[in-house]
Amino acid sequence: MKKTYTLTELDCAHCAAKMESEIEKIKGVLSVNINFIAQKLTVEAEEKDFNQIIALAKEAIKKIEPDCEIES
Amino acid sequence: MKRKQKRILLRIIASAILLCFALVLSKAVKINETVVNALYLAAYITIGYDVIIKAALSLRHRRLLDENFLMSVASVGAVALGEFTESVSVMLFYQIGEFFQSYAVGKSRKSIAKLMNIRPDTARVIRENGTLLVLPDEVIVGDIIEVLKGEKIALDGVCVSGNSMLDTSALTGESLPREVITGNEVFAGCINMGDVIKIRVTKPFEDSSVVKILNLIENATANKAKSEKFITKFSRWYTPTVTVLALLLAVIPQFFTDNPLEWLKRALIFLVISCPCALVISVPLSFFGGIGAASKRGVLVKGTGYLETLSECDTIVFDKTGTLTKGSFSVFSVNSDKIPKEALLAICASIENYSNHPIARSIVTAAGEDYKKYLVDDIKEISGMGISGKINGHRIFIGNSFMMNKLGIYCENSDALTVHIAFGKEYAGNIVLADEIKEETKEAIESLKEIGIKETYMLTGDIEKIAQNIAEQIGIDKVYSGLLPQDKVDIFKSVKANGKKVAFVGDGINDAPVIALSDVGIAMGSMGSDAAIEAADIVLMDDNPLKICEAVKIAKRTKKIATQNIIFALAVKAAFLIMGACGISGMFGAVIADVGVSFVAILNAMRTLK
Repeated sequence: MKKTYTLTELDCAHCAAKMESEIEKIKGVLSVNINFIAQKLTVEAEEKDFNQIIALAKEAIKKIEPDCEIES
Repeated sequence: MKRKQKRILLRIIASAILLCFALVLSKAVKINETVVNALYLAAYITIGYDVIIKAALSLRHRRLLDENFLMSVASVGAVALGEFTESVSVMLFYQIGEFFQSYAVGKSRKSIAKLMNIRPDTARVIRENGTLLVLPDEVIVGDIIEVLKGEKIALDGVCVSGNSMLDTSALTGESLPREVITGNEVFAGCINMGDVIKIRVTKPFEDSSVVKILNLIENATANKAKSEKFITKFSRWYTPTVTVLALLLAVIPQFFTDNPLEWLKRALIFLVISCPCALVISVPLSFFGGIGAASKRGVLVKGTGYLETLSECDTIVFDKTGTLTKGSFSVFSVNSDKIPKEALLAICASIENYSNHPIARSIVTAAGEDYKKYLVDDIKEISGMGISGKINGHRIFIGNSFMMNKLGIYCENSDALTVHIAFGKEYAGNIVLADEIKEETKEAIESLKEIGIKETYMLTGDIEKIAQNIAEQIGIDKVYSGLLPQDKVDIFKSVKANGKKVAFVGDGINDAPVIALSDVGIAMGSMGSDAAIEAADIVLMDDNPLKICEAVKIAKRTKKIATQNIIFALAVKAAFLIMGACGISGMFGAVIADVGVSFVAILNAMRTLK
């Protein structure tokens, strides 16, 4: 399953790249892509793990840029 | 400006004023040093508190090398050296840089969003209780929607009443309006410029052309360009390397020098320059701008990687039918020594009117109304040869050279696109047909050569003579004719085998295997064709071959700007690293260089949008 989220207050391209590599490390994530310009996060993962993965992804993003929020 | 940006701007101004006060007081008036230092501290906290907090956070998460941490170390280090002014100005300029960056990014996000502002917001659907204004995804297949003058068509469908002109520029980049009459297919995203039309919806909103295009563009960065990947990798090494260098610069000279503080200062300058932001932001921005510019002209690029590859292609292979030619036949010439040409064409059309063969249809079309001129009876279609019929009791044969041979009549041209006519056993003349070349093809091939495409190939199933003729007319370098679909794959492989980067252009319907083989597969004229949008890397929204040139031009320009940014940013940073190490550039210079590079690189990246 693949889902796209909007990232608000994503201000730094460098941070977006860091977020991408952090989310990639989460167990169960099949693919992840952050489009800095469009402020879009796309995550692909098994459906049963999805909510858990997104929760972990939120945490990872907060660590890198505290102002950044995920909106579905 | 966003609220966050306004806040930071206020902080920049406040801190700058405090800094000025501190400077003036310390220089001009002899007052208590504590007051001046308090002012410096106030200025520093005003501008830098969030950077310090973020640095502390990253320390807790054991990520030492982010720019907040580096800026904090540099500014605190400056304080330790007693350089209060420099300490505050490092923070101040860092924040000014961030502010500009976020402003420029916001601006470019907006202008890209504007380019893609083709999503219809509402649909005017006709239900039993009148016309309702609803969201496009609430409309179901089979509904009738009404589109007033100046409104955007919300869903794909068929026009069921009304004639009008449509502005399709948002989808195709084509500025000429397109006429629509009852029965025509229409696409979401087009703007109705004329009278009211009614449309029967044929696709749900999520499958409509406009939504597909938007999804395509939004997911475009999934296939990242090599330069983009290079930058990500580079920045992963750059910051740690510079930090280690800074450490070495601070420690090693201590054994040889009597001025240890000077070297600490130079090390701090290194830390200030170590932020790779200018690169990391400007390269993806350049490519994304390029994709935006392309989509404005009706060229959809599925990933920044394809745009980059296209810029490197020096060979383009074309499918003939539907790409270079219109894929429909037209009467090229009518030749007869016996009767007037118009009469021969009219006689021929009267009989061919009973056939469904594409060649027959084009002869009938060429004759205009004249195909009704003669009464025909006793039609006989002879498979693989032609057709015959009786007019006023005379039998007339129309067909290829095989038919003439069978009748025992000698004829010269034996290719598939010459139709011979015999009255009884007597040769009457022939009609030569041609696959019509698109008006823009010749110009397109010429300008491709001008912008650096070295070789052009044409692949076709047609016989050699016709293929050669077309190739000469439009200026294609090499022609392969008489090909079956499988042959196309083999020939394409052999073209690619020379190590060239090869783009393939087809009409996207039966070229999927070749498109898959190519470095860049381009499908053309495929507005609404799902198969083409799936298979190709780049989709041209109308079938104008000049769009291929546009795509190549945009690709080259984008690549050029991205390369400029990489070289410029690296060169400036390297220069300031060396100058910092040698003690030529102070911390001021370093900060201004860092902010300046980002700013110029972003401005340069924005040029791709045009």
